[in-house]
Amino acid sequence: MAIFDSVAELTAYCKEQSESLWETVMRSSARESGISEEESWNRMALRLDAMREADKGYDPHQKSRSGLSGGDGEKMRLYYESGKSMGGEFIGRIIAGALRMGECNACMHCIVAAPTAGSCGVIPAVLLPYAEKYNVPDEELIKALYVTAGFGAVIATRASISGAEAGCQAEVGSAAAMASAALVFLHGGDEDQMGNACAIALKNMMGLICDPVAGLVEVPCVKRNVAGAMNAFSAAELALAGITSRIPVDEVIDAMQAVGELMPGSLRETGLGGVAAAPTAVKFKEDFFG
Amino acid sequence: MDIFDLIGPIMVGPSSSHTAGAVRIGLAARKLLNETPSNAKIYLHGSFAATGRGHGTDTAIIAGLLGMAPNDERIPRSFDIAKEQGLVFSFGERSLRNAHPNSALIELKGKSGNVISMVGASIGGGRIQVRNLNGMQLCFTAEQPTLIVRNSDRPGSVADVSRTLAELGINIATFQVSRDSRGGEAIMVIECDDTLKPETVAKIRQTPGILSAAFIDSNREVEK
Repeated sequence: MAIFDSVAELTAYCKEQSESLWETVMRSSARESGISEEESWNRMALRLDAMREADKGYDPHQKSRSGLSGGDGEKMRLYYESGKSMGGEFIGRIIAGALRMGECNACMHCIVAAPTAGSCGVIPAVLLPYAEKYNVPDEELIKALYVTAGFGAVIATRASISGAEAGCQAEVGSAAAMASAALVFLHGGDEDQMGNACAIALKNMMGLICDPVAGLVEVPCVKRNVAGAMNAFSAAELALAGITSRIPVDEVIDAMQAVGELMPGSLRETGLGGVAAAPTAVKFKEDFFG
Repeated sequence: MDIFDLIGPIMVGPSSSHTAGAVRIGLAARKLLNETPSNAKIYLHGSFAATGRGHGTDTAIIAGLLGMAPNDERIPRSFDIAKEQGLVFSFGERSLRNAHPNSALIELKGKSGNVISMVGASIGGGRIQVRNLNGMQLCFTAEQPTLIVRNSDRPGSVADVSRTLAELGINIATFQVSRDSRGGEAIMVIECDDTLKPETVAKIRQTPGILSAAFIDSNREVEK
């Protein structure tokens, strides 16, 4: 699908067709997969439901098998509900949501990889609190998910969404870029602003390595979902304020891939470098795996 | 590129490559065996061997062999379910030549005696590829309707199979052939645009020179 070769082509195509970006993504992907638009819509709606289900199913008392994850989403909720949070309730909800989803994933609950399981907290963490704050109907949220998929498809085509290939910048960085474009869409921004948000979010996470302690998707992954969600939020705010990325989004995506290729294997999901190589991490790994 | 692998799969955590991909590898092996498996020997390679335990790669592969999809909440309990259903299994580590870092070799025996060996690779975001089948190098995703035919290596086998498909109006998307030795055993992997009826697969199976035929409709799980 040539429209996913670049954001430039994707945005040019939807302008030419006088359709919204989400429509372009839905129609062209349905055509390619040989499914009807209705079936596509239903599958996307199912993903929204699954994100909500996962969030609702969060157990504040559960710990992961390793004992490294669990309970932080609840701590964050209690903190912002106490009224002491600096960022207030909306920001508090985003942070708590990202932690909850990351912890659900670490505890082997059913989640929606977006784009990966390790980065599954970012997109729902911004979309669900936004929907609550602005009373957004599900229909608009499903459209927003198509927006995330469109930008994600370009990133996966030109670069990568795999931590083993290009580090965490390709996982949480991509998730943040996809989420920021969706926020711009929901808040009434146009295609160019979505592209700018995507570029800014990716630039702000460029070079981020993948360094899971003991190889588990827990430390530092769960809290990085918070960083990704906040990055998505700030990048969307910048774009909506009319601030542009000086480097075009497709060039940013290519730069991200080039950085990924320069990363040594120890920093790409092997659990050998970064915080995974810290003495405490090494000791934990020895104790846990024996 | 399937956008539902970008927002999705809906899956049991913690890793799309080491858990969801591992389930799909097990599922692909089960479908290629073409019957309920009774005995499985699984060898993990590379990152699967290094970090697989923490990711539940082992329980995920067994879940796939039992026919579970990546969103099945029973995945963490798959070892117990295997015991209940009479699937005997063992795990080992093996360094596989020229394999993707996230690979598993699965040797599978079925209840009626079918045997296969398969190397599956998990290539990111839950997507997989079958890289080796019965010792023969191949590469297919098992995401499209795929027909896998084992045959004696002799002239005309490829023509016989493609003629059967053509007569039924089935369009072939990709076609791979491989063999272990001249005049020995060969394999065809045919990705089709449409699904095949069981009668079609049965007809191909009855063609002279064809040893077996298996059809994977799609590795896409039902999401409800």
